[in-house]
Amino acid sequence: MSAGVLGAAERTVRPAAPEGSFGRFVADAARAGRLVVQPRMGFSDLRRMRAGLERTRFAAATTVGTVTIDSYTRVGAYDAAHRALVEGTPLNGYPIVAYPVETTRTLLAGVHDESFPVQVRHGSSQPEPIIRALAAAGLHATEGGPVSYCLPYGRTPLRESVRNWARASELLAELAPGTAHLESFGGCLLGQLCPPGLLVAVSLLEGLFFARHGITSVSLSYAQQTDPDQDTEAIRALHRLAAEFLPATVDRHVVLYTYMGTFPTTARGARRLLAASADLAVRAGAQRLIVKTVAEAHRIPTVAENVEALETAAAAASVTDPGVDPAGEESVYREARRLVEAVLDLDDDPGRALHAAFRRGYLDVPWCLHPDNAGRSRSFIDDAGRLRWSAVGRMPITATASAQQPAMSSARLLSALHTVARTYDQ
Amino acid sequence: MAHSQGVGKVLLTGTVSDSHTWNLVFLELFVEELGHQVVNLGPCVPDDLLVRRCRIEAPDLVVVSSVNGHGYVDGLSAVTRLRAEPELAGVPMVIGGKLGLDGRDEADRAARLRAAGFDAVFDDGDLLAFQRFLADLPAGASTMVGRPA
Repeated sequence: MSAGVLGAAERTVRPAAPEGSFGRFVADAARAGRLVVQPRMGFSDLRRMRAGLERTRFAAATTVGTVTIDSYTRVGAYDAAHRALVEGTPLNGYPIVAYPVETTRTLLAGVHDESFPVQVRHGSSQPEPIIRALAAAGLHATEGGPVSYCLPYGRTPLRESVRNWARASELLAELAPGTAHLESFGGCLLGQLCPPGLLVAVSLLEGLFFARHGITSVSLSYAQQTDPDQDTEAIRALHRLAAEFLPATVDRHVVLYTYMGTFPTTARGARRLLAASADLAVRAGAQRLIVKTVAEAHRIPTVAENVEALETAAAAASVTDPGVDPAGEESVYREARRLVEAVLDLDDDPGRALHAAFRRGYLDVPWCLHPDNAGRSRSFIDDAGRLRWSAVGRMPITATASAQQPAMSSARLLSALHTVARTYDQ
Repeated sequence: MAHSQGVGKVLLTGTVSDSHTWNLVFLELFVEELGHQVVNLGPCVPDDLLVRRCRIEAPDLVVVSSVNGHGYVDGLSAVTRLRAEPELAGVPMVIGGKLGLDGRDEADRAARLRAAGFDAVFDDGDLLAFQRFLADLPAGASTMVGRPA
């Protein structure tokens, strides 16, 4: 599927992740021309969680399973998660630390195996207890990153998150030797309104960070934004930079997220946006897709809605032809590469380099309220629908020359946040 | 609202377990446009930090925004903690957003949040009601309830 978009380096160096691993499953599917699709799914109720995994596995699609962790566990409030279990209060995810290891093993028995890998998704800047719990239950794949699970999601100091993620990566590599897989969530920073160059750069830098800390199979992420051409460019840039910067021995793939921002409210609009993301994944050469459902704008989806989304995406992917890599526009690649080089020049250690880069404002996530983010960059959607910078702060890139760009007001922000939803609901 | 007079300082905060940011970015702009000064604490604010910052900032209004479905539980905890501090017991405090995991028991939830000390509850993100509340809030309201000088 993705052969058309891979550069020479990528074609000649194909490190194989071991049999039975998450990385291998995705690589095998890609070789067979099948897009791997994956839900977001997490329940504190064991029967629902089990049913969710089983129905994902048996959906009419090439799937991997997901166990999404609840938000108390994400912020390290294990007592609160435990209390909720005791009191029978439903949580917004699976409390993997509060449940005994045996419970999670039972949950997975007979559904998780080499033909159905399961990834744990959590969003924590203190991931060590989650990684211990998932490894103890026989799982090997998770996601996050020192920047992407810190800046947009709370107030853990970046320095601490870098330290936590270095330890967590090494721990996962040690507990799941050879089969450990880590996905960088760097392609999703705040979900929307972040221009692609920064998303690509952070994802690549986090992938490098994981590799430096012993992980031999990584995925780099990118979230669908406002313009399909700009998105295609971004995914190709991610492949190209991975070939240029990741060690050749590290297995890698690209995962695309169906739009992470404000979602269409109509079922038709939601399905069209989902299908557009599957189409984008295949054309641009992403090997895995994390889907959204028709319920996205309204509530946490049911298992049935998730299965429908997986099957809709798989059907759309199956009728899309992989694109050829045009020698065309490469502004996203150039912007991302400038950011990556500026960061790596700061320090030999990728973690220290990332921390220094945010302190100096060389990386600056627009609209992000975290105390360690410089907060001087701003973005907007231009008339053609592409994401642009109106201010870059101290980042070594240039803003779109558009002095007429009016200041962001609450109404303009709301309009920008709803641009994609509006387009697809029409 | 054009007639609104700035109440002064609004302290805006997410709840302890809620990582969402856009609601807070939007509300910051929205409240500023109504003439108020905003201190935005950002997402995932533990109760202790909220209390500490309220003591430092001495806000005229505390606005809690939550959209992750834990707003009811987290909001109860935050307001109970804040009301337990003698010098913060009278600071006007409101909560809004998507407060539960589902749409059930909304009225009951709002009543319990009010009973625990919230002055208003804007479930389902009722922005117009919030705007009316801001407009009706007397300027410098909290200075009347024994805030330390």
